[in-house]
Amino acid sequence: MSAPESEAPEQQTPEQQAPEQQTPEQPVIDTPKRFSVDNYAYKSAPRLGVRGWLRWGWRQVTSMRLALVLLLLLGLAAIPGSLLPQWPTNGAKTQSFIDNNPGIGPVLDKVGLLNVFGSAWFTSIYVLLFLSLIGCIIPRAVAHGKAALVPVSSAPSSLARYDGRLEASSPLSQSDAVAALRSWGRGNLVWGWLTGYRVRVDERTARDGTAQVAVALEQGSLREWGNLLFHTALVGVLCALAFGSAYTYRGQAVIVEGQTFTNAAVDYDSFEAGRLFDPAWLKPFTLRLDKFDPVFDVTGRPVSFTAHVTYAKPGEHAENATIKVNHPLGIDGGNIYLQGNGYAPALTVKDSAGNVAFSGPTPFLPQDGMYTSTGVVKVPDVTSGPQIGLVATLYPTAAQATDGTVSSVNPQAVNPVILLTAYKGDLGLDTGIPQNVYQLDETKLTQVLGDDGKPLVIDITPGQTVTLPDGLGTVTWDSLPRFVALDLRADPSLPWVLGTALATLLGIAVSLFAPRRRLWFVLTHGEGGDGTDGDVPGSITLVEAAALAPPHDEAAARALASALAVSTGSPVPRPGARQEEL
Amino acid sequence: MTVTDLSVMALWTAATLYAIAMVAYSVRLARVAEAKLNAKNIAPAPLAVAVGAAGAIDVEADVADAPPAPSPTRAPGARARGIGRSTMLVGFVLHLVGVVTRGIDAGHAPWSSMYEFTITGTMVAVAVFLIVQRKRDITYIAPAVAGFAAFAVVTGLRVWYRGAVGLQPALDSYWLVIHVPIAIMASGIFGVSGAASVLQVMRIDRDSELKKRRRFLGWMNLPHRLVKSKAARALEAVPQPQVLESLTFRLNALGFVLWTFTVMSGAMWAEHAWGRFWGWDPKEVWSFVIWILYAAYLHARTTQGWAGRRAAWLAIWGFIAIVLNFTVVNLYVQGLHSYSGLK
Repeated sequence: MSAPESEAPEQQTPEQQAPEQQTPEQPVIDTPKRFSVDNYAYKSAPRLGVRGWLRWGWRQVTSMRLALVLLLLLGLAAIPGSLLPQWPTNGAKTQSFIDNNPGIGPVLDKVGLLNVFGSAWFTSIYVLLFLSLIGCIIPRAVAHGKAALVPVSSAPSSLARYDGRLEASSPLSQSDAVAALRSWGRGNLVWGWLTGYRVRVDERTARDGTAQVAVALEQGSLREWGNLLFHTALVGVLCALAFGSAYTYRGQAVIVEGQTFTNAAVDYDSFEAGRLFDPAWLKPFTLRLDKFDPVFDVTGRPVSFTAHVTYAKPGEHAENATIKVNHPLGIDGGNIYLQGNGYAPALTVKDSAGNVAFSGPTPFLPQDGMYTSTGVVKVPDVTSGPQIGLVATLYPTAAQATDGTVSSVNPQAVNPVILLTAYKGDLGLDTGIPQNVYQLDETKLTQVLGDDGKPLVIDITPGQTVTLPDGLGTVTWDSLPRFVALDLRADPSLPWVLGTALATLLGIAVSLFAPRRRLWFVLTHGEGGDGTDGDVPGSITLVEAAALAPPHDEAAARALASALAVSTGSPVPRPGARQEEL
Repeated sequence: MTVTDLSVMALWTAATLYAIAMVAYSVRLARVAEAKLNAKNIAPAPLAVAVGAAGAIDVEADVADAPPAPSPTRAPGARARGIGRSTMLVGFVLHLVGVVTRGIDAGHAPWSSMYEFTITGTMVAVAVFLIVQRKRDITYIAPAVAGFAAFAVVTGLRVWYRGAVGLQPALDSYWLVIHVPIAIMASGIFGVSGAASVLQVMRIDRDSELKKRRRFLGWMNLPHRLVKSKAARALEAVPQPQVLESLTFRLNALGFVLWTFTVMSGAMWAEHAWGRFWGWDPKEVWSFVIWILYAAYLHARTTQGWAGRRAAWLAIWGFIAIVLNFTVVNLYVQGLHSYSGLK
């Protein structure tokens, strides 16, 4: 649009362009327009134009106020993620939440409240926030770089108006006092360039005509560097996270004692990988669970879980290792974590013809702290008769209450009992639809009933063989091995995440604790006393000192006092650059 | 007497002493306020001290015996202040005894269950107060700190107490002695600064004129009216908002760095224990929210229109979020951090 234009004060023709020869005494008065499409009440008001609007938009995005609002929005938006079930953390719970709340559930799901941290609105908040952040860092870094080149501003002509002003008389000569202040301000040789003060010395004449030397010490660069490091490192954290999510992989496997697992995508019970990860990159190492050793105290509380494993990388000798909670096993760039454990009773099922139709351990899912566990055995490969399904509950230490109910009273297998009910018919495994191994599809199955017409519950102990009714066959409980649920995760971004996060911590600590202050000293010649009462005889230097620092910087006063002491020749250690303390 | 009994008795005594300290410090605050108002030549209303804690009868009687007008040679409320300081200090020593004996009883660091976290966290808050008090006079937040400490210790003992048991495997890690104490320290610091922020807001409101909008609210504007009422005269003994702001900023800055470390070390522990460093578990979500709130506070205090009252409110919300993270998230939200020991 047009540049600002002046307007003629005539009433009749307000739109008319004013002549250039306007007198400065006569102020320009706009006539307000009654209505305007661009909503500018005064025609002479400057128009922004496209570039102006873009700049305005960028200013808004990078303004502290918007950053603050976005920050608060981000915090607010995160809260539902802790109160509602979330797909990524607990899919089963989320599904059942939707099923149990047919009204509100799907709506919440639709607007992303059941996957808050992957939702478009959450993403847009933090993307905007980081945009704002970058838009803030760049100009600040430039400004700070320039500021480092600008000389320290000189001490004010009068220190009288500053609170906490100090005075001292120094036996040192003026130049020695200045040198002492200079070396105090610069700090030690190693860190001084970073933590010390920048120094400026002016020889000048005061208003009353006396010659004086003004020393200005300035500190605060480090604080800004810390600030920039913190914000830059935050962007780094985000980049590392993005990199990690593309290249990470995670697999879960259930292994029973004595079984071996191979690191291949097909051998995992579940396998997820980042978009850019190729499963062919997996190294085919093998891992055998030799023994799982849980320890419980007398009340049944878990004390420790230890999985003894043997692993072998291709072409290398097998090695023994242990995996414990909090002690993952590092292998092939990833870690193997012990995530769960339980019992996997080994059952053998013979069909009606007496042939072995099923044999082996089946992991049972623990339902409580006493390892009451439930599992399903599917026996599709019968040579004759219907297919068999067993729904079983294991009680590691079974105890019967007076009302007849059975429960487990200890997580260890002291008195193990399995109660099972049998189903016969079609297991539905041939339909091609994937089935949950822990659930029986009962649509084409009929439950085996007892003589009383109620579902038959059979109890079985280790080593025992029971005969199923209706001539279905027999079930033998061979042994009671344990299983572990292992989680293998590899995330190549971990060192980057850690590095950038540590940089964040360093940056924030420096930006909050490094002081930003100015110390000023004005040195003038003075005449000393006569040598009595501790007066210094002869020529002395009068030093006047003041500090400018934010009110929370209480160490500034101490720094000023010790710098003043140094200027009087006292050997005071320089505490100026140390961190603020409470 | 067993170690368990010793721990519990020491903590009960500490809580009682904190309650006494709270009353004494409140009396002192009222005295100082009265003296300040007298100095302003405002006719003082009869002294009315709210006594809200049990076990403080002796102190009350003692205070009643004290001369109503402070003698010119003594600082106003000096005796009440002396009672407050001594009871607070002895209370802290007993608190320390209670926490250490609990640790001996349990055989591990005393911060693995809700009860243990409460008694240890409160002790750290009192310690933060005592340390800051050594450097500068912050007696004005003493009633809040002492009252909070008494309340929290009693709640821990009465509601969340469980006998000492061994560590669960998930907590049996060296991170327990890195991550949790830093979290406790940050919480203790935020607690003290939160109390100061509340005073800051009250002080700002007491000094400011009722705005038209606020006047329009009428009775709904009760908090603001209360702050301006005669009953809140004790606020006169509280320093100017700028002084409080400089105190809360220093505490919050330290707390924020410690909280950043808490979140980071928690992520590292989670990586060790659960195989991922961040999984938006409810506890992680709330730690994030707390971090955001204090980050917002740090930005707000340098932003025009937000510095002062609004920034103080952000710090208050931050501490409310910490309390929620500790109570509601522990007790009512299912997640991986289920270590309350309450079931």
